[in-house]
Amino acid sequence: MAEKISEEQVKHVAELAKLEISDDQLPYFTKQLEQIIGLFDTLSKVDTTGVEPTSSVTDQINVMREDIAENWHQTQGLLDNAPDTQDGYIRVPTIIDESED
Amino acid sequence: MNYFGESLNSIHTKLVNKKISSEELTKQTFDDIKATDGEINAFLTLNEEAALKKAKEIDQNGVDANNVLSGMPVAIKDNMVTKGLRTTAASKILGNFTPIYDATAVEKLNSLNAIDVGKTNMDEFAMGGSTENSAFKITHNPWDKTKVPGGSSGGSAAAVASGQVIAALGSDTGGSIRQPASFNGVVGMKPTYGRVSRWGLIAFGSSLDQIGPITRNVADNAVILNAIAGHDKHDMTTSTKEVPDFTSSLDKGVKGLRIGIPSEFMAQGLDEDVKDTVLKTADTFKKMGATVSEVSLPHTQYGVAAYYIISSSEASSNLQRFDGIRYGYRAKDAKNLEELYVKSRSEAFGEEVKRRIMLGTFSLSAGFYDAYFKKAAQVRTLMINDFTNVFKDFDLILAPTGPTPAYGIGEDVSDPMTMYMNDVLTLPVNLAGLPGMSFPAGFSNGLPVGVQLIGRPFDELTVYQAGNAFEQSTDFHKKTPKMGGNN
Repeated sequence: MAEKISEEQVKHVAELAKLEISDDQLPYFTKQLEQIIGLFDTLSKVDTTGVEPTSSVTDQINVMREDIAENWHQTQGLLDNAPDTQDGYIRVPTIIDESED
Repeated sequence: MNYFGESLNSIHTKLVNKKISSEELTKQTFDDIKATDGEINAFLTLNEEAALKKAKEIDQNGVDANNVLSGMPVAIKDNMVTKGLRTTAASKILGNFTPIYDATAVEKLNSLNAIDVGKTNMDEFAMGGSTENSAFKITHNPWDKTKVPGGSSGGSAAAVASGQVIAALGSDTGGSIRQPASFNGVVGMKPTYGRVSRWGLIAFGSSLDQIGPITRNVADNAVILNAIAGHDKHDMTTSTKEVPDFTSSLDKGVKGLRIGIPSEFMAQGLDEDVKDTVLKTADTFKKMGATVSEVSLPHTQYGVAAYYIISSSEASSNLQRFDGIRYGYRAKDAKNLEELYVKSRSEAFGEEVKRRIMLGTFSLSAGFYDAYFKKAAQVRTLMINDFTNVFKDFDLILAPTGPTPAYGIGEDVSDPMTMYMNDVLTLPVNLAGLPGMSFPAGFSNGLPVGVQLIGRPFDELTVYQAGNAFEQSTDFHKKTPKMGGNN
């Protein structure tokens, strides 16, 4: 588990996270992540055999509710927050860039 | 005017007795904010027009003598959505975002006729401990303007400490209410996980985040928690447990209470003045009839690693929604949808936010999940067990809030490791979901030092009880920073 993170891996993780790390930032980011992951690696010293992981500390389990729409009729307020709109829709660029085909 | 020397009750009495109207009070609050915020930078957005209008309405209908928050100006951290009022989480990606609903905690304050005067500065998406990670401005500590106010609720804590408002809401994922409360000499409570609804709180680490009050004294803090606590059908992690009156135990004293000090929290790296403050606080509790002994939370040293894996993993998931499509920042000239996502996020997220998203994505990614995320979640269980064991024999845990008093602006921000280690004393409380409150307990070279009391799950009552007993026997909370040359 002591493997260091490589620049290649950092690029891969950035891709998964939909982030772009520029080439000149890459060594800096990699070094920082390497340090922090080194800290994360200290957990390997803890014996967790048979220990259940905790994902939440709420005292509520499987709360159900009716599926009812609330706070309806806010179309304009929502559209006002959108960066680009047309005819009551949110505009986005071409989903598939045909120029590269 | 500012709020030095005041309490919710003292202001409320003036409103009820018509010594001042809510409109006058609100206007004076804005006057003071405008006069002082040039040097503090606590606020990102002021809500002046709407606040004055609401205050006027309250005056017309009459201030409610049975509701201490009636006509009371308060401030809200900018990661809680406020209908019609810009909410940014101090991020460029939400720089022009106007919510269409109120966070539940905000709505509860509104329905009690508290007046939201504005939104306070913070570290972007609450990631940081100095408020230097704000995309918009640097907040200054009112006690020494060259120092940070702490964070991430640095704006809320500085606004209360500088007398701009009597109370503010903050949020605490790994210490973000308690640490700035400590740095600013005010009282900050992170309630039990599930005590206050997170609906409308812009999510960072959903299993850790809690909203809580920042105030000038313990009793006021209990009043604000009364106002915002309770089950919410919009947040299914909120508890259905009955919410007690948090002011009901304030005067019970500490006689017979068993208080533990974790030896791991007093270990190396702790500033001598901070350590001394904790020990003196323990002596005060002893003199008042509590017993104080050393206890052990053996997994404390692994807290930072476990916390940063879990919180970053949750953040990487929560922050996927910021993609430049429906709201927020959108990059220009993207050729296709994929490029739009990547450019918008890369241009508008700050460096620390990117780092956390990367750490989280890494910890959750194929091949690393078991060694990092799952491992951290297991260590979390062990840390919870440590607390459970202590609370078998003790009613409260007393500990330093942060390892040091406020540090200088620019000192820590370039080194994430140092920044992360600063959270070592606050984040175990979030991992275990416990209530924890920082309150003023001393000074170090003119800077306030806070200590925290940690309680059993849903036992904020005992935390407030002991905190108030301490406050009644000390003067630390009465000291104020020099503002505009006046004390």
